[in-house]
Amino acid sequence: MLTTLRNSLVWFRRQSEDGLDGTHAEPSSVRSTVKGVPMTPTGPVTDWATDFDVMDPHYLSDPFSIWDVLRPTCPIPHTNRRKSSWMPLRYDDVTAIAHDVEHFSSLKVAVIPGDEDQDPNANFDGPNLEYGLPPISSDPPLHTWTRRLLLPWFSHKRVETYVPLTRDLCRTLLDGFADKGCADAAADYAQQIPVRVIAHILGVPAELADTFTGWVRDVLEFADDAERRQHGAEGLLNFFLKQLEERRQRPGDDLLSELLRTEVDGHRIDDGIVLGMAALVLIAGVDTTWSAIGSSLWHLATHPDDRRRLVREPELMPGAVEELLRAYSPVTMARVVTEDIDYAGCPMKKGDKVLMNFPAANRDPAAFDHPELVQLDRAQNRHVAFGSGIHRCAGSNLARMELQVALEEWLGRIPEFSVAEDREITWAGGQVRGPRSLSVVFA
Amino acid sequence: MRIRVDPDRCQGHARCYGLAPELFEVDDYGQSTVIVDEVPTDLEEKARLAVANCPEFAVEIVSE
Repeated sequence: MLTTLRNSLVWFRRQSEDGLDGTHAEPSSVRSTVKGVPMTPTGPVTDWATDFDVMDPHYLSDPFSIWDVLRPTCPIPHTNRRKSSWMPLRYDDVTAIAHDVEHFSSLKVAVIPGDEDQDPNANFDGPNLEYGLPPISSDPPLHTWTRRLLLPWFSHKRVETYVPLTRDLCRTLLDGFADKGCADAAADYAQQIPVRVIAHILGVPAELADTFTGWVRDVLEFADDAERRQHGAEGLLNFFLKQLEERRQRPGDDLLSELLRTEVDGHRIDDGIVLGMAALVLIAGVDTTWSAIGSSLWHLATHPDDRRRLVREPELMPGAVEELLRAYSPVTMARVVTEDIDYAGCPMKKGDKVLMNFPAANRDPAAFDHPELVQLDRAQNRHVAFGSGIHRCAGSNLARMELQVALEEWLGRIPEFSVAEDREITWAGGQVRGPRSLSVVFA
Repeated sequence: MRIRVDPDRCQGHARCYGLAPELFEVDDYGQSTVIVDEVPTDLEEKARLAVANCPEFAVEIVSE
């Protein structure tokens, strides 16, 4: 067991680290933190085409204007910060690369790579290293069968059964602050919902929601901070190792027990793969949807016409959810270039990262009319907030349902609200963009 | 009007089902299929919306 744990931790650290070739372009000796956001080692960006930084404070607060300037002149900017990385901004490029799994591997999907040279176990070659968090950090064939095991848990029909739980949860949260006249819509509401629904699906205690949230933030949001990243990874993996052990003794009808029971080609699934899948479901199911709910509430707080229209015409809600997902897509995933390739004039090298900027693709004027405008009744909306190709978010039905229910319940109880003028809104970004603090006052 | 879902392109976004559950069904693995031979006239607009919103360009009009 100890060996398994060690291997897993090593693997997990490498997972958020990078590269097939193990090189790092930038030293990371200087670290500081402003408002909880780790600073990059090389200071503010002055040239976004050749030296972009997705953790730059300007980018965190307003990536949209940066994309709009770059897209017509340099649609695939490059940086050597952290790791040689490319970042396609056009819809056609993002979707084309997402479909080319031969040249763009998902083995390393972290947007913020770590520091391999600081990892004492970097050369460790344990059995779990290759598995990552399948299916998201895998290519076919591992991707294919692990994804097939997860999909039924997030099918339309299954997700319908999670609606009452989600609705009750939202109502309980609203009960807690509706009479107070103000709330932090991100921390008190959005952040509290997906983690509890996913805990239910996994069959793990919802009381640990805040702990889960802390681990996931450490791994994704604070990945520039090696200590926090490791703390989150260790917390998650230790927790799931214990949970899996308990389910071996006392199986239930939850997702973890099912994965332990399942046989593929006559064999039980490797422990490392089960562990990776379990961690993935929690990681992917927490930060992402919470960010989408928070961004949507920010939009409704700052756009009273849209808010009132949605209250007046609730039948618009399903389309509005898709439009809010388009306009405020939270998730960017990385790919790794598998061999030297010239893509659209960009000399990509084996081991380079490609940051799949689905949020920027969804704001491409070549794919959407007036992409800068939120149109609740937008008729044509082929958004790729959930990705494109074989890695389409396996939890998209769940995320969509949670977002819709969260907005319906909030608007049902608090139809009139606005951003508190004296409080600052903080945005997280990098892998997942959304408000982490969003103080609102009710009318 | 006749429509189809290209099974090789469909990746399970389920946008077609969300827009027109009368015309599509989605299996446990996300694969969408068309459940009518002919699209009823009053659902043709919904069929067009399904075509226009598929992120994988998997929903097609076969004949009008």
